[in-house]
Amino acid sequence: MAASETSIGPVNPEPVGAVQRRPAAGPWVTAFRKLVRDKAAMAALLVFVLIVIGCSFAPYYASNVAHTFPFSSNLNGKVVINGEEQPVIEESTEGLGLGTTPIGPTWDIHGYFLGADDQGRDVLARMLYGGLNSLWIASASTIICLLFAAVLGVTAGFFGGMIDAVLSRILDVIWAFPIFLLAISLSIVLINSSIEIGPIVIRAGSLWLPIFIIGIVYVPYIARPIRGQVLSLKNSEFVLAAVGLGVPSHRILWKDILPNVATTLIVFVPLMMALNMVTESALSFLSIGVQPPDASWGTIIQDGQNLLYSRPMVALAPGLAIAVTVMTLNVFGDGVRDALDPRSKLRIGGD
Amino acid sequence: MLNTLIRRLIQMVFVMFGISVIVFLIFFATPGSDPSARIAGRNASPEVLAAVRKDFGFDRPLYVQYGLMMKKLLITFDLTSFQNRGQKVVPQLVQATPVTLSLVIGGAILWVIGGIVVGLAAAATKGSVIDRGLMIIGLIGISMPVFWLGSVLNLITQSRFHDTWMFSWVPALGYKPLLENPWEWFKTMIIPWTSLAILYIGLYGRVLRASLIEANEEDYIRTARSKGLTETRILFRHALRTSLITFVTLFGLDFGALVGGGALLTEVVFGLQGVGKLTYDSLKSLDLPVILASVIYASFFVVGANFVVDMAYAILDPRVRGR
Repeated sequence: MAASETSIGPVNPEPVGAVQRRPAAGPWVTAFRKLVRDKAAMAALLVFVLIVIGCSFAPYYASNVAHTFPFSSNLNGKVVINGEEQPVIEESTEGLGLGTTPIGPTWDIHGYFLGADDQGRDVLARMLYGGLNSLWIASASTIICLLFAAVLGVTAGFFGGMIDAVLSRILDVIWAFPIFLLAISLSIVLINSSIEIGPIVIRAGSLWLPIFIIGIVYVPYIARPIRGQVLSLKNSEFVLAAVGLGVPSHRILWKDILPNVATTLIVFVPLMMALNMVTESALSFLSIGVQPPDASWGTIIQDGQNLLYSRPMVALAPGLAIAVTVMTLNVFGDGVRDALDPRSKLRIGGD
Repeated sequence: MLNTLIRRLIQMVFVMFGISVIVFLIFFATPGSDPSARIAGRNASPEVLAAVRKDFGFDRPLYVQYGLMMKKLLITFDLTSFQNRGQKVVPQLVQATPVTLSLVIGGAILWVIGGIVVGLAAAATKGSVIDRGLMIIGLIGISMPVFWLGSVLNLITQSRFHDTWMFSWVPALGYKPLLENPWEWFKTMIIPWTSLAILYIGLYGRVLRASLIEANEEDYIRTARSKGLTETRILFRHALRTSLITFVTLFGLDFGALVGGGALLTEVVFGLQGVGKLTYDSLKSLDLPVILASVIYASFFVVGANFVVDMAYAILDPRVRGR
């Protein structure tokens, strides 16, 4: 056991005596240490945490710094810049002079730092609130997706037979479905109606709709590899040995199968979050994700479409936020995968 | 071989049937989504509602509705729009298809070339500055939302730098048919192609690099090396060839997914009247038959494409046949 554990860790130049004094580190500790040593992954995690902290200051920023309420329009508002009072929405001076243009970036933290959108709302304040929603939807849908996928994949793989046949066929159909179209179809139908399933009531326009839709459409992506892993674990030597020793099957499931599946699931967490965040922004961009007056980074890009040439910052800033966040999640995800590497994990087995 | 073919064919039909049922149920049997209420408008009286229900056949049992819908969609091709009554849906789709195909095929050519170049360059210079730089650029490409990248490109080429020598050649947004004026077609499509390809160049470059580096550890590469072949020859003739198998599989799936709706966002941003834009427009007016038709045809295309990829695989690689 100890030999195989050291084989997955990096070559460690520590003195031999030190290793012998304390008990060999468990696989989780080994993986964690490896992850901490990964500079790129740690830097990505740091940036991600900073983004989360920044967004969680949204209510504080809106009420105490910018003194604005970013969920209602402010067409006749005024703002003081360099001692001069200016309207938030200006009469357009370009072209025929028809229509209006919202105020551009003031680069002043006390109001309209990134300018206003066409409703006269502070873009930075909306971006912070929108970031909270984007992050929340990405995380919650990831948890839902992994939960469903784990239950389905483990059930299908462990019990086999009829259950496996039925579940696998269902997963096959959803898998073959163009994911994006499935998400769009579900969103169109559900987004404007409230749903009651037993005691659970989801109101129209609730954030839970995109969360569930995004979570569910990606289930086959995770459930299928999990099922495959459980199948191969079931035939692995340590499980066969446990079966031979007469260990009851619920104990095998709990002690041998689940710990291995758990590492695979953890590897998927940051990568799925990145994917879900992009999917959420796309749905919101098509106005079938987060519903107004709530914001997400995707809806702000949508708001910025009509202002793209006059006030590009409205669309640019949230897109940049998505790109940076997704990038940190991808880099961190790569680090987690390298640290936990399920493939070499299978060799060390459960307990 | 014939057995595999028949088995996969049956599987494909089953999956298509499953998809059509799911789509139908989503649109016509989801609680709270009464299509007749939508057609009749907001404050419709119960009599009007009942009339609409009867008129469109929503009062019949679900399986009859499903059968009728599929017959109109796949056999007689006379499914009509709810919004503009009389407007047939299938011809609309057929009309929009060339636009989507030009977008996706052009983008695909760009990303395959780009992906191979990036992957090869990075793998050949593994660990160097070039490798790191390429992988970071690739990562940035993967992380940008495609509709946002499209907007940024529009901002640059249509507005901010449109009057400079760099982008003054970029025509206004919209599609120009290939057969009418190939040169104009080419010019309008370059920016959308680039926008679509950037994401996939990053993705494919990374995948190809990883698979080339993995191949480098294989026995047959060691054999090639011990025969005294040059590194260039090993990379191109031996490592690249096997790595391309992953590449081709991935390509089949992505190409299918893009034609089947994945290019929707790019079409919307660049104002190209393709299948995706059609779906998007009917999405705004909640014109269910159009959405239903495009979703079902797109899914069928994806399933069909996957089938072709699988079969091509079985023909190319004898090991797959036995499974």
